[in-house]
Amino acid sequence: MPTFPRGELMSEVSARAVEHHAPPQSFVRKHVFSLDHKVIGKQYYALALVAVLIGMALSWLMRIHLVWPNAPIPGLQLLSKTGAPGGVMTPEYYLSLLTMHGTLMVFFVLTNAPFAAFGNYFLPIQIGAEDMAFPRFNMMSFWITFLAFSILVAAFFVPDGPPISGWTSYAPLSAVGSDAGPGEGLGQTLWGLSIFVFCIASLLGSLNFIATTLDLRTKGMTLARMPICTWAWFITSCIALLAFAVLLPACLLLILDRVAGTSFFIPAGLVVSDRLQPHSGGSPLLWQHLFWFFGHPEVYIAILPAMGIISHILINSMRRPLLSHRVIIYCMMGIGFLSYMVWGHHMFVSGMNPFSSLLFSFPTLMITIPATIMTLIWLGSLYGSRLRITAASLFALGFISMFVSGGVSGFFLAQPSIDIYLHATYFVVGHFHMVMGVAAIFGVFAGTYFWFPKMTGRMMSDSLGKLHFWLTFVGTYSIFMPFHYLGLAGNVRRYSAFVDDFLVPLIPVHRFITFAALLTGAAQLIFFYNLIHSRFRGEPAPPNPWECTSLEWTMPSPPPFDNFGGNHPVVYHDPYQYGVKSSTGDYLMQDSPEQAGA
Amino acid sequence: MMTTIPPPEIEPTESLLDGGKSGGGGLLHLGPVDVKRKAVDDPSPEPVRTGIWVGLAAITMSFAAFTSALVVRQSTANDWRHLTIPPIVFLNTGVLLVSSVTLEVARRRVARYVRSKDGKRAAPLLWLSATLLLGLIFVGGQYAGWLQLRAQGLYLATNPNSSFFYVLTAMHALHVLGGLIGLARVIYKLREPVLSLRRSTMDATSYYWHFMGILWLYLLLVVWMKL
Repeated sequence: MPTFPRGELMSEVSARAVEHHAPPQSFVRKHVFSLDHKVIGKQYYALALVAVLIGMALSWLMRIHLVWPNAPIPGLQLLSKTGAPGGVMTPEYYLSLLTMHGTLMVFFVLTNAPFAAFGNYFLPIQIGAEDMAFPRFNMMSFWITFLAFSILVAAFFVPDGPPISGWTSYAPLSAVGSDAGPGEGLGQTLWGLSIFVFCIASLLGSLNFIATTLDLRTKGMTLARMPICTWAWFITSCIALLAFAVLLPACLLLILDRVAGTSFFIPAGLVVSDRLQPHSGGSPLLWQHLFWFFGHPEVYIAILPAMGIISHILINSMRRPLLSHRVIIYCMMGIGFLSYMVWGHHMFVSGMNPFSSLLFSFPTLMITIPATIMTLIWLGSLYGSRLRITAASLFALGFISMFVSGGVSGFFLAQPSIDIYLHATYFVVGHFHMVMGVAAIFGVFAGTYFWFPKMTGRMMSDSLGKLHFWLTFVGTYSIFMPFHYLGLAGNVRRYSAFVDDFLVPLIPVHRFITFAALLTGAAQLIFFYNLIHSRFRGEPAPPNPWECTSLEWTMPSPPPFDNFGGNHPVVYHDPYQYGVKSSTGDYLMQDSPEQAGA
Repeated sequence: MMTTIPPPEIEPTESLLDGGKSGGGGLLHLGPVDVKRKAVDDPSPEPVRTGIWVGLAAITMSFAAFTSALVVRQSTANDWRHLTIPPIVFLNTGVLLVSSVTLEVARRRVARYVRSKDGKRAAPLLWLSATLLLGLIFVGGQYAGWLQLRAQGLYLATNPNSSFFYVLTAMHALHVLGGLIGLARVIYKLREPVLSLRRSTMDATSYYWHFMGILWLYLLLVVWMKL
């Protein structure tokens, strides 16, 4: 038995150094199964791009169908012969597309892009680390996410097509199987499996973010000195850890109800399609409780990183710090904490005890307090500032606009008495598309224009970016503002055609929305062109084109494999030393030992 | 926020190395580490120590969700039937608790082996293998428990009680299997000619394992009281 030689024990550091300091050489290790957080961040971003393209195409198909219900859409029959015979989609297939649109957008775009993609790329760099705490887990979480995506998309190609139960998959519709309609067979099972797998990936990812933030900060990088976006990713990962840990068991129970004959969510005596379902005693509300316990925090998983990103960009563009850096962070924490106490506001009409409704309504309204404080801080800081207008800062402003416009309707929906009328109408759809969907996407656009030079070493076209902003800004308002009016007029969501007397007069509004959606979607082609063209033909980017203070701008663009060339930077300052006198100009990098002049 | 404050004092490296801060459970560090190098390269604690607690928090949350599902399902049920816990489950509980004891002994033996220049690795390996074996016996025992339940005609879908019993025990057993993989990894690393076992790995694996024991006691209580 050999004895243990002294000094051979690997410290965590030297082990990490062995694992990561030598850059991989093969294509597969470099670009496919890479352990590098930067490559993984880009992979998440690419996956989100694919998902958003599919999701957006689905919304086009839905919008076209709503306005021209009998017009064949060329090629749609290739996607599903039964769902779209002759290119005209059936009402059920409309619901299938709606389900896939929501699922792809919420899980694979709004969770992946602002949190997993940018967080993976920039969180380690902004705290001065050479990689994530667990690079192998990091790689696994991306590829498990990819697996989840593949399982979900596979639902398009099974005989009955994708499920029809919406992204919330309410039981018993989602639990009883193919009796409930086309897509509720294998398609719905694939949905459950996909989200189950997605939860595993998200849990691994969140664990990594938390451990990295707590343990791998470089010398001098106290928690208070972390940039706001790092804080946002950190708080988001705490929310995601607890939220996905609840959705995972929920999906497991749903899958068991579907494939193993259990009765967690299916009540006794349920007759679906003239067949008595062989289940007893389950609680459909149980699914709603478990789902929304995840589902509401999920809204903040999408929006918090965007809040962090736009704060970071606005500070940089204003050339001065926010009125309060700390209050923004406390507000994000407050929102994260409250997000676990409000899930019942999605269930006001579920037959819940009215007292419970009041209990859920109160913390829901309380969320408006930190949200309002943040908005006031942004606006107050902007007041009188000489903002540098770039595509990134425009999208940051657009975020605030969307957040306010979409958030205001939340006041109404938070109150049970008003929500009873507005529940499941286009008012709700307008609310969450603006505040969760478009606002978060604006955060992603802002982040893309801002960090693209760092990620690729090339500048994006700012004028195309500004054009993209204005078209998107006007376009998204044109789409989602009228949704509120439709909702107030009683237009129920998820209808595939409007034939009732009270809905027919609303068709012109729908037609306007469809045109706006097609144009806004087309405007995104400018973004894709800018993204791809700049990637290969853009002007070479200097290390710090925006004169920003955080650590990612201390290194070349794009960053080298090990970020800081084997050294750990030392941090001397708060993250936002703008408007000071220094040898670099009006700002001081975080790792500059120089003292700022007054 | 505009003021520039001097960077904080870097914590003295000793506290990181002896692990006293991280709650090492009385185990001294597994081996000498180059203090200077560590101070320069890594002023932070080892991420595994944080990671394991974060992971355990997520597992706790998942089982809390299962528990609340059980409570809600029971409150709405008219088909709730009492279930007799298969007797072997109590034996399994004993086995899992003993495995925690053997693992704690193993942890101390590993530390002693690493500290002493001429230590023999037979003793720590023996205790680790005993833990692994007990863990396998536990999983096998749980499987036997499922067979006993099946013999009573209670399948996964028979009634909500049997459903929850199978789901809770199977999810726990899956997590125990994860722990067994962790233990096997520790044994593998301990057997390598040049020891690559880190103290944090050993600690994290044992925290996880002890947590599986605590979680099982909790689940047994839930199953016993509710099902």
